Amino acid sequence: MLQRPSQAPGVFAAVGVPPVVWLFALFLAPLAVIWTYSFGENRTLVDIAITGSWGNYARALKPLYLAILLKSMGFAALTTVLCFILGLPVALAITFASRRAKLLLLVAIMLPFWTNLLIRTYALMAILRTEGLINSGLGALWGIVPGLPPFEPLPLINNNFAVVIGLVYVHLPFMVLPLYAALDRLDRSLIEASLDLGAGHLATLWRVVVPLALPGIVSGIIITFIPALGAYLTPDLLGGTNSQMIANVIERQFRSANDWPFGAALSFLLMYLTFAALMVQAIISRRSAEREAAR
Amino acid sequence: MTKGSPIIRFEGVTKRYGKVVAVDAVDLEVREGEFFALLGPSGCGKTTLLRMLAGFEVPSEGRILIDGQDVTQVGPNKRPVNMVFQNYAVFPHMSVADNVGYGLKVDGVPSGERTMRVEEALALVKLDGLGSRRPDQLSGGQRQRVALARALVKRPRVLLLDEPLSALDAKLREAMRTELCQLQAQVGITFVMVTHDQDEALALADRCAVMNRGLLQQVASPSDLYEFPASRFVADFIGSVNMLEGRLVVDEPDHAEVAVAGIAQPIFLDHGVTGAAGTTLWLALRPEKIELHKATPAPPALGDAPAGRNAVAGTITHVAYLGSESLYEVKLPDGQKLKALRSNLTRWDQEDFALGEQVWLAWHACSPAVLLS
Repeated sequence: MLQRPSQAPGVFAAVGVPPVVWLFALFLAPLAVIWTYSFGENRTLVDIAITGSWGNYARALKPLYLAILLKSMGFAALTTVLCFILGLPVALAITFASRRAKLLLLVAIMLPFWTNLLIRTYALMAILRTEGLINSGLGALWGIVPGLPPFEPLPLINNNFAVVIGLVYVHLPFMVLPLYAALDRLDRSLIEASLDLGAGHLATLWRVVVPLALPGIVSGIIITFIPALGAYLTPDLLGGTNSQMIANVIERQFRSANDWPFGAALSFLLMYLTFAALMVQAIISRRSAEREAAR
Repeated sequence: MTKGSPIIRFEGVTKRYGKVVAVDAVDLEVREGEFFALLGPSGCGKTTLLRMLAGFEVPSEGRILIDGQDVTQVGPNKRPVNMVFQNYAVFPHMSVADNVGYGLKVDGVPSGERTMRVEEALALVKLDGLGSRRPDQLSGGQRQRVALARALVKRPRVLLLDEPLSALDAKLREAMRTELCQLQAQVGITFVMVTHDQDEALALADRCAVMNRGLLQQVASPSDLYEFPASRFVADFIGSVNMLEGRLVVDEPDHAEVAVAGIAQPIFLDHGVTGAAGTTLWLALRPEKIELHKATPAPPALGDAPAGRNAVAGTITHVAYLGSESLYEVKLPDGQKLKALRSNLTRWDQEDFALGEQVWLAWHACSPAVLLS
C-alpha cells in the first residue's frame, strides 16, 4: 500500500533526497547561473557583471541572429516532417510485422542509438563528401558511358541539404518509436471494422489510425523537433559556413567569442521555444487522456 | 433469390498457420435468410472460418462463394458482408451517428441520404435520438447496438456476428437473444454467428454447424443436434449427457439390444441399428429422459420395452436443486454414475427424492441416441 511520507520519513528521505539534491545541484543551479548571466555584461575577459539589462536579448532578436534562429526552426520543422513521412510507414510495418520480425526491426531501429553520434556523423560524411561513396559510385557509372563530359561531383556536403539529411538520419528513431508505441496499442479490430465497412487501406489510415494514434504522433513530432532544433554536432560537421544552426552560434559565444551573457540569452531563447512546444504536447495529451478517462 | 437457396458456400476450405491446421477441409452451405450458428469449443476454428468469410483471413486451400461469386481473394472492404465484432469495435473518436454512417461515407453516399439511413438504422436498433452521443457515454449493450446498426445500415447480404452476446450480463443476454431473432426476421438478412455457448446457438439459430479441431462435426437444426447427435463429441458438447459404451447383441429391423457393463439386462431400443452384432457403440442418454422412480420391488415398466428392461437400480449420491428442476446423481452398484433431471412441476416436487435414497432409473426405448463414433 501507498504510505504517506509522515508514516515512514526515513525511507522517504533515503529515496527522495539524492535525486532532489542531484536535480538542484547539477541541473537547476547551473541553469539558474546561466539565466543570471543572460542579464549580465562582460567587464573583463573573465569578469561578468550582472546588470539586469535586457541588452543580450535585444541583440539576440536582431535580424542576424533571428534569421539563424528561424532557419534552425525551419531545419527542425523540415526534419520533423521528413521523419514523419519516413517514420510512419516504418512504424506501421513494425506494428504489423510478425513477432520475430518485429523484434528484429525494433533492434534495427535502436542499433544507431548504441553507436556514438560522432562516429555515425563521420560515417555519413564518408558517404556524402566529394570523394565519398555516392559521388565515386556515380562517377564510376558515369565513366561507363562514352562521350560524356567529365563527371562533376554532386555537392552533397557542407550545405543545407547535408544538414537536413544528417538531422533526419539522427532523429528518425525518435519519431519511429513513439509512433510504433501508439500504433501498437491500437485495437486491431477497429482497423478491421473500418475495412469491413468498405474503407480502403488509405481511408482507414486517415480516418481511423491517424486520429487514434494522434497522441503518439504529437509525442513523436515534439521529441523529434526539440533535439533537432538544438542540434549542434550535425550542422557543425556536415554544414558549411552558411548552414550554421542556433546551437553553433551559442557554442561560438561561449568559446571563441567569450561572450557568455549573450550565449546565455540565446540559450534561454531556445529553451523558451522548447517549453512552448512541450506545452502544446501537454495540452493535446491531456485532452486525449480526458477522453480516455471518460470512456 | 428465394429463401432457402444457398447464399454462402465453403468448398474444401482449409486454413493453416504454419503447421497448425485451424480449419480442415470444410464444405458448408449457408442458406439465404437463415440464422446460422458456428458452434464449438474455443480453438475449434469457428472464428477463423468467420474471419475468412469476412475477408480478414485468406484460405490456404479451397474456395468461398457468396451469391455464387468466388470471393476467396476479395478484400474485406469489397465483400457484401458486414461484421459485428466481439468487442463491438465502435470507433471511439466518432459520435454514434458518425460510427453508423462511416460505411456509407466511405462508399460516397450523399449526406442527405446518409443522414436518413443512419436514422433508420438507429431506430431499428432502438437508439433513436442518441446519434450525437459519444461511444464513451454508452453502456456495453448500447455499444453493441451501435455496432449492429453500423453493419446493417450497409444492407449487407450477410451479417456476421462474432460471439455477439458473450460480453453482456445474463439478463441483458436473454433480452438481446429475443431481439436479435426479431431483428433478423425484420431485416430478412442472412445472419452467421460464431459462438461457444450452446444455449445461445440452440436458442437463436435455424441451423448450427458444430466444429471441433478444425473439422466440421455436424450441421443440423438445433433440435436435431440435441436429439440426433452424429457423434459422441456432438452429444457431449451440446447439453449434458450420460454416455454408455455398449455392444450390439440383438439387431432386428424393428428393434435392437445393447449390452452395457453394469446394467444387468441389455438396453432395449425400439429401432434397428446399422451395424453387425458385436459392434461397439455408444448410447447417449440425456438426463431429462431418465425418470426417477421410488424403490419398488419390481422395476418400473414404461410400456415400450419388455418387462425389466431399460431400468436400473441405484442410490442418489448428489442432488443439485436448480429451481425449475433438480439434477440427481445416481450411483449404480458397479460404481458408475448416471445423471437424471427432474422438473419441479409443483412447489413440493423437489422433496420427493432425498440424498442417499434407493431409486429406480428408467427410460423409454426411444430415448437413447445410438452413436457409432
